[in-house]
Amino acid sequence: MDLLTHYLSIATKSIFIENILLAYFLGMCSFLAISKNVEASQGMGKAVIFVNTITVPVNWLIKNYLLDPGALSWISSSFETVDLSFLRLLCFIATIAALVQFVEMFIDKFSPTLYNSLGIFLPLITVNCSILGSSVFMHERAYTLGESLVFGVSSGVGFYLAIVSMAAIRFKLRYSDIPDGLKGLGITMILTGLLSMAYLSFSGIQL
Amino acid sequence: MKLKETFIDPLVDNNPITRQVLGICSALAVTVKVEQALVMTLALTFVVTMSNTIISLLRKNIPSSIRIIVQLTVISTLVSLIDIFLGAYLYDVSKSLSVFVSLIITNCIVMGRADAFAMQNGLKESFMDGLGNGLGYGGILIIVAAFRELLGFGTLLDYRILPEFMNNGLMILAPGAFIILGLIIWAQRSITQFVED
Repeated sequence: MDLLTHYLSIATKSIFIENILLAYFLGMCSFLAISKNVEASQGMGKAVIFVNTITVPVNWLIKNYLLDPGALSWISSSFETVDLSFLRLLCFIATIAALVQFVEMFIDKFSPTLYNSLGIFLPLITVNCSILGSSVFMHERAYTLGESLVFGVSSGVGFYLAIVSMAAIRFKLRYSDIPDGLKGLGITMILTGLLSMAYLSFSGIQL
Repeated sequence: MKLKETFIDPLVDNNPITRQVLGICSALAVTVKVEQALVMTLALTFVVTMSNTIISLLRKNIPSSIRIIVQLTVISTLVSLIDIFLGAYLYDVSKSLSVFVSLIITNCIVMGRADAFAMQNGLKESFMDGLGNGLGYGGILIIVAAFRELLGFGTLLDYRILPEFMNNGLMILAPGAFIILGLIIWAQRSITQFVED
């Protein structure tokens, strides 16, 4: 029971209070480019949840069984002093790039409907900082395997919520009269600021 | 003449943040204090200049089907170097920048310039383009950081300018960054007369 509440509190924290996009600014580039369109935002959001759920735990396994100081000792005790942690970033990004490619081929083969709705967004995700960011946060906060799975899913959900609500706001904005210099990027930044202020009000919640 | 233009164009007119919309993530995250922004500017300028130079040297030997992987490898090697260097010599700043130095890898400025410019241009142009884009990015970063530090803490580079009771807590938090950057984009676009449709 304790474990469940612990996982729930990690989930609420990373969806609402420390939203990966609105509090840590990760994934802003795709957020700004794609939130022009509600349907595309939903596709992108789903793709991020999907990829994050897989990459964070896989990177956890790679970190704990290959890269950390002494992590290779499961092969034989002579590897106990090996420390490969300087390869961490390179391995994380390579894992993400390879997994994204693999997942893309896999969905293409087994579920064409899912492929049609996620398809074009998957390659973009390799360079989406929220994915690499989640993996690096997983390392910095020293999560366990279970925690990193929950964290991966819920930071993806946080991204989904933020991008879809922004797309909805921008849809309504089409008919408003905005000063020339503020059109597009400028007004989107200010709106994101207001949205992030709204999410900030969750910060009192304790589970 | 062309070299000079390649350097000056991204500083104001074709600024990576306000005009090309690249690298917004770190522009928002590391601008709480001017010191952080300065270190980040140096790190990014180093990475983008070096990666442009290296990619431009290799451009005739990179098959286009695997170019993204090659670029990512070059960039992440450079970023790992900077990350380890900062951890050794500027430990406090490196702690406060937390994941954002590592995230230079996925910073769209570096990838974007490597793919869009260095793959087609010679060594000197690519070097200047990297330098210009790095500094253009840094310029915006430092302006945002100066506003946030001045209004949020009342200091500039830890030197007190405004009395303490005027501190505005909102500027230190995420919304402050978004709003200040939005206003700076407005100012830059009004000056350069750029309208997005």
